[in-house]
Amino acid sequence: MAELRLNGRAASGGFAAGPVAILWNGAGVVRGGGDPTAEAQALRKAIGAAIDQLLKLAADADSDGADILAFQIAMLEDDSLFEDALAAIGGGATADTAWRAALGTEITGYEAAEDENFRARASDLKDIRDRVLGILSGAPTGASLPAGTILVGEDLTPSSFLSTDWSGGGGIALTRGSASGHVATLARARRVPMIVGLDLDLSGVAEKAEALIDGESATLYIDPEAATREAFAARAQAAQQSRKTSDAFRLRPAITADGARIAVCVNIGDPNELESLDPKSCDGIGLVRTEFLFDGKSGLPDEETQYRAYRRLAEWAEGKPVTIRTLDAGADKPIAGLTLDHETNPFLGLRGIRLSLAKPEPFRTQLRALCRAAAHGAIEAMLPMVALPSELEAARGLLEGCAAELSAAGLPHRRPDLGIMVEVPAAAICIEAFEAAFFSIGSNDLTQYVMAAARDSDAVAELNDPRHPAVLRLIAAVADHGAKTGRKVSLCGDAGGDPKLIEALLRAGLKALSVSPAALGAVKEAIARVDLGVRR
Amino acid sequence: MDEFAVTTSALLTNAIGLHARPSVKLTKLAKTFASSIDVSTRPDGPWVDAKSIVKVMAVKAGKGATLHFRASGPDAPAALAALSELVKQNFHGDEAEPGAGGPGSAHG
Repeated sequence: MAELRLNGRAASGGFAAGPVAILWNGAGVVRGGGDPTAEAQALRKAIGAAIDQLLKLAADADSDGADILAFQIAMLEDDSLFEDALAAIGGGATADTAWRAALGTEITGYEAAEDENFRARASDLKDIRDRVLGILSGAPTGASLPAGTILVGEDLTPSSFLSTDWSGGGGIALTRGSASGHVATLARARRVPMIVGLDLDLSGVAEKAEALIDGESATLYIDPEAATREAFAARAQAAQQSRKTSDAFRLRPAITADGARIAVCVNIGDPNELESLDPKSCDGIGLVRTEFLFDGKSGLPDEETQYRAYRRLAEWAEGKPVTIRTLDAGADKPIAGLTLDHETNPFLGLRGIRLSLAKPEPFRTQLRALCRAAAHGAIEAMLPMVALPSELEAARGLLEGCAAELSAAGLPHRRPDLGIMVEVPAAAICIEAFEAAFFSIGSNDLTQYVMAAARDSDAVAELNDPRHPAVLRLIAAVADHGAKTGRKVSLCGDAGGDPKLIEALLRAGLKALSVSPAALGAVKEAIARVDLGVRR
Repeated sequence: MDEFAVTTSALLTNAIGLHARPSVKLTKLAKTFASSIDVSTRPDGPWVDAKSIVKVMAVKAGKGATLHFRASGPDAPAALAALSELVKQNFHGDEAEPGAGGPGSAHG
């Protein structure tokens, strides 16, 4: 078989390798029917047996697992479901058809719920449904799979997760599933790698085929080639090692060897990243990439949707700052109908704040949403690709206009602090000309512009080095300006998440970094090794 | 509801709403009373049986919703007092669902 490589969405990190087991989804139950009385008795008996099974599982489960099972048991003990099925049995349906229909109505209701907490319960209902159907069909229940198996299927039920032996490894790869459901929570707690939303044709996957799951990059490999297997093993081992050491640092504040406190925030694109992240492990959100926060390539959604998403971030942060970058479209992030096509050099073209000012309507929608969300937390607005002070002032004018509109409409809001990304060399060199509330250095773009070396070109990768003195001097000048004028200066590019670069960045005078959530532990560990000589 | 009917209401202040775990507690408590007990998010119904978790969950009462109870039977006042107290006590410290996954929950 040729190697199959697929990407989905990460629900739980980590690495696993093992044989595939296709998950039975309960669709294939075939069962002969009897008269209505016999069918009703069969269903009653199957529900009783399902409750017994769940009680046994609950006895061995941890508290999260026991709570999930307690809910399922309570649902089965409630005669409402049985009575709904009984009505259908009276009309001539078999026990399994009637049960499937009764649960189907409930499941549809949960799946349509606005509240994610109710939507997530649909998987519990499916779990109950399949357990009773399994008993009715006489099929073997409870996973009797060998430890270390990679479960591949449409969805996985919480009780199947709990009845699987994860002590010998194993992983989960689903075509549907949810990164915020029960199973994902259980998987993260048990450190079982899990990927959801895979575009995979299950009929094309063989039982016991060799599979590799990389939960960090959300990649599933089936029938891997030897080279893939080797690279995977190396990544898994490196991840395990660094996880051990950096886990210890993750929840502590970042402090250098000589006692200087460094603020370490996180960069967020996908809001699901927050679900597995403890707010205590960081000093806030240093960069929200709004262009990735919402699905689709058609630009940002309406004001209400943006407002809710930003508010959710602010509430998650529990009062710590949340720096939201306004739309940074253009260059390598095109948006149909908004960005220009056919620019000969899009990295030097109409992008970031330039595009927002050229097409102010979507920008104003975003500013209004930011003002409204800022009433709920420490939200800051950050402009990308600023080259001139007049760009900052034009954006400030729009922001003030939006705040005035909201006041007139009587909507609760607060004008967020307005800061800029420092990534255009002109801004870094003339930093004192900008009346910004804060500065955040975008080291990826700053480096490529200072070195005239594209960040996406392997051929000039050696030139694209943030440690070059030209880049570090600019960073130091911005940090120095911030220290003198009492303005926060952070760095939110990839350099901040690279343990090898931490010492150089701190020596340049930075006191704040924003990194990917996965890098928190390693970055704090690297900070702890740096001695800036403050104590001497 | 007959002439013994008593009604009361309680603001649902639970951080995330009447989800799985709070519903389990509410229905279990309701079942300890002989009276028939109904719950609704509106003072004028529609009412559902507070002893049925299937029906209580179907109400989908989110965070901040007001819960109205009515009871009818020998221990109706005691039942309403106990249920209102459970809601006021935030379902005895249930802050989040297992696996609720929203940003308000701090898992992992």
